[in-house]
Amino acid sequence: MGEPISDEERRRVIRRQSASIVGAVAPFGIVFGAAAATAGLALWQAVGYSALVFGGSSQFAAVEILGDGGSIASAAIAGLLLNVRSLAFGVIMAPALAGALWKRATMSQLMIDESTAVGAAQSELRWRRYGFLVAGVGVFVVWNLTTVIGFVAFSGAGDLIDDLGLDAAGPAAFLALLWPRLASAPQRRTAIGGAVIALVLIPVAPPGVPILASMFGVAVARWWPTDETVDEGGLR
Amino acid sequence: MSAASVVLVIMAIGTYLLKSAGPLILGDRALPVRLQEIVDLLPAALLAALAIVSTVGDGESIVIDARLVGLVVAGIALWRRLPFVVVILLACAATALVRAIP
Repeated sequence: MGEPISDEERRRVIRRQSASIVGAVAPFGIVFGAAAATAGLALWQAVGYSALVFGGSSQFAAVEILGDGGSIASAAIAGLLLNVRSLAFGVIMAPALAGALWKRATMSQLMIDESTAVGAAQSELRWRRYGFLVAGVGVFVVWNLTTVIGFVAFSGAGDLIDDLGLDAAGPAAFLALLWPRLASAPQRRTAIGGAVIALVLIPVAPPGVPILASMFGVAVARWWPTDETVDEGGLR
Repeated sequence: MSAASVVLVIMAIGTYLLKSAGPLILGDRALPVRLQEIVDLLPAALLAALAIVSTVGDGESIVIDARLVGLVVAGIALWRRLPFVVVILLACAATALVRAIP
C-alpha cells in the first residue's frame, strides 16, 4: 500500500478508481428508474428514492415489494434492513470525515458501499476523505441522472446489463479495492473470514445481512493460529 | 399519501440516521486502541463480502453464473498488476463473452 507518490498522482489514482466505480453504477440507475416506472411510481417519487434514500439495493427492494403489492411495513423494513450496514460504514469513515457539524451531516448522506469502498481503500485520513467524497458525489450525480433516464426511456435495461457483462463491474471493483490489503496477513485473514461468513449467510439471511455480518471476519483474524511458519508454509 | 411516498419518507429518515450515526456521534474522537485495530481491519472484511455477495448473490440464493468468471479474470488482472480501469473492463468483457457462448 505504501510506495511514496506525489499528491497529484494520488489524486489521479483516486479519481480513476472513482470513475470506474461510478461508471459501474450507471446501468443500475437505469434499471432502478425502469423498475420504479414499472412498479407504478411517479417520476418525482423515483428521484425521491434516489436522492433522499440514496441506497441502491434498498431502493430496489422497497420498489419491488411495493410493485408486488407488499405492505408498507414489509417494504420499509426490508429496505432499512439492507441499509443497516451504513451504520458500520459510518464507524469506519468517521475519523476521515471530521469537521463542522453541518459538514459531517451533509457528507453522511454519501455513506454508501461505493464511497466507503474507495475511501477505506486509502491509507491516510485525508485521502480517505478525498476518495469518499469523489466517489460519493460522483455516484450521487450519476445515480440520480440515470434514475431519470431509466424512468423515462428504458424498460429492457436488465438485458443490456447482462449482455455487456456490466454486472461484473461491481464485483471486480470491490476485489480491486481489496487487493492491496491482501499483502498483510491479518488483513488477508479478515478478508477470508468476511468472505466466508457472507457466503454462508446468503441463503439463510435477508439480503444486506451477509455484508453486515462479514464484520465478524475481524474475529477470524484474531483467533487464527498465530504460528506464522506453519501458516505461511500451509499456504504454499 | 400513496404507499410509495410513505415508504419513501420512512426509508429516507431511517437510512439517514443509520448513515450519519458514525460521523455525527463519534466525530473525530479517537477510538480506543483495541477498537481502532478492529476498525482498521473492518474494510477488508467488508470489501471481501461485497465482492462475494455481488458475484454469487441473487436475493436469498447463491447463483453461480458468468459473473464468477469475471471475478476470476479480475483477480488474474490484479495479480498481473494491470490498472484499475483495465481490471474492470476485462471482467465485464469476460462475463459478456461467457454469456455470448450458446
